[in-house]
Amino acid sequence: MFGYEFMQEAFIASTFIAITAGIVGVFVVSRNMSFLSHTLSEIGFAGAAFGILVGISPLAGMIIFTLVSSIAVGSLSTESSRREASISAISSLFIGLGILFLSLSSESSSYATNILFGSIVGISAKEVHQLLILALFVIVIFIICYKPLAFDSFDHIGARASGLNTRLLSVIFLITLALSVSIGAQIVGSLLVFVLLTLPGATARYLVHSVPKLLMVSVGLSLAGVWLGLYLAFVTNWPVTFFISAFEVIAYFLGLSYKNWKLSH
Amino acid sequence: MIEVKNLTKKFGKQVVFKDVNFKIENGEFVSLVGRNGAGKTTLVKILMGLEKKTSGDVIIDHKQKIGYVPQFRNIDLDYPLNIEQFIRLNLKWTMSPKQRAEDTRVVNKILKETNLIDLKDRALGLASGGEKQKAYLAQALVNMPGVLILDESTASLDVDVKIQLMDLVQELNEKSKLTVIFITHDSELTKRYTKRALLFENKTVRPMSVDEISEDMFE
Repeated sequence: MFGYEFMQEAFIASTFIAITAGIVGVFVVSRNMSFLSHTLSEIGFAGAAFGILVGISPLAGMIIFTLVSSIAVGSLSTESSRREASISAISSLFIGLGILFLSLSSESSSYATNILFGSIVGISAKEVHQLLILALFVIVIFIICYKPLAFDSFDHIGARASGLNTRLLSVIFLITLALSVSIGAQIVGSLLVFVLLTLPGATARYLVHSVPKLLMVSVGLSLAGVWLGLYLAFVTNWPVTFFISAFEVIAYFLGLSYKNWKLSH
Repeated sequence: MIEVKNLTKKFGKQVVFKDVNFKIENGEFVSLVGRNGAGKTTLVKILMGLEKKTSGDVIIDHKQKIGYVPQFRNIDLDYPLNIEQFIRLNLKWTMSPKQRAEDTRVVNKILKETNLIDLKDRALGLASGGEKQKAYLAQALVNMPGVLILDESTASLDVDVKIQLMDLVQELNEKSKLTVIFITHDSELTKRYTKRALLFENKTVRPMSVDEISEDMFE
C-alpha cells in the first residue's frame, strides 16, 4: 500500500496526529475534560465551515475557532459544574453556526462530509507539512511542561499547594487541546476526534499506574488504531474513521473488563 | 524560624484578622485553633505565598521550604496512579542520572518513614482513608521542607488511625527537627501532641499554652 504517494502521506500525517492525541488524551481524561474536548470538536466544525466561507483553509478556520473558544471557556469559570452548563450552551450555538456557514458558502456538500467525517486519504503534501509542524509544536510544549502539567492534572489541589501556577498551566493545556482537536479532526473528522483524544487515555488508566506508562499505553493504542484503520481502509475501501473508532472502543471495553476482572481476583 | 509582625488581611472591606504577631521557632510543633472562618487557612496561605497580605511582615528564615497537606483532595476510586507515583508528582523534572538516583533514595526513605513502603504499588484510589492521608503527607515531604503544615489532616479519620498518623508526624518532628504547624478542631490531639497553640479569636491571634485550651474555642 506504500506504493501510492497518497498513502505514504496519509500514513506520516496520521502517525504524528496519533502521537499527539495519545499524549494529550492522558491529560484530557485526568483533568476531566472529555466533555470539553467533544465540544471543541463541534466548535472546530463551525470554524472549518467558516474557513470555507471566507476563503481560508478549513484547518486555519478550525484552529482560530477552537483556540479562541478554549481560552474563553477556560476563563469563563473554573467551577466544573457551571462550566458544563455553559459549554453545552456554547456548543449548540456553534453547530448551528457551522450549518449556516456551510449553506452560505457555495461549496459542494462533499466538503462538509470531509470536515465531519475526516479525509486523511485525500490529504496533500502541503497539508501534511502543516499538520507535522502543529503536531511537533504540541509535543514540544508537552515535553517542556511535562512535570508541572502532570502534577496539576493528577493532583490539582496538591499542585496548587506546592505553589505551581495552575492557572497558567490550564491556559497552556487548553491551547494544546485546541490544536490537537484541529489536527486530529483531519483524520477522524470533527465528529469523532473525541475518539482519538479521550479513549486511548481512558483505556490506559485501566491498565497501568504511572504517568510515563499511561503516556506510552495511550500513544500505543492511538497509533495501533490509526495504523490498523489506514490498512483496513486501504484493503476494504471502507472509511478509516470507522475502523479507528471501532478499534478504540473495543480496546476501551477490553481494558474495562480487565480492570474489573483484576478487582475481583 | 517564622516571624509574623503586625499582619493584617482584608478581603475587600471585610477584615479577616489584624495586627497579628507571633513567632514559631525551628523544630516546634504548634497548633492553630479557632472557629471555622477565623482565618487559619488564610494565614497559612499567606505564609506560603499563595495569598497576598494586606499589610505587615512575614519573615521566614533561610527561605525554608514549606510543605502543605491541604484539607480536601479529590481522589476517587478510579484514580489511576499508585501511591509511589502519586508521591513522585511533587519531584522536579531532571535528566541527570545522579539526581534521579537521589530522588529515588529520598522517595524510598519517605515511603519507609510513613510506613507506605509495602503499599507503594497500590492504586491510591483503592487505598484506605488513613493510607491516603499518609500518601498526602509523604508527597509534601518529598520536597524536603523545613516546615510542614497539616490542614485538618486528621478530620475524617478513625481515632486509632488519627493517633497513628500523629505519632508519625511527631516522630518526624523530633527526629528531623521538622517544624510542624497543625491546623485542627480536635482539642484532644492538640493537647496530646503540641506544646503551644495559636488561638484565632476576635480577628486576631493569641499564643497560649495548650493547658489553657477548652472545647468552646473550637465551636
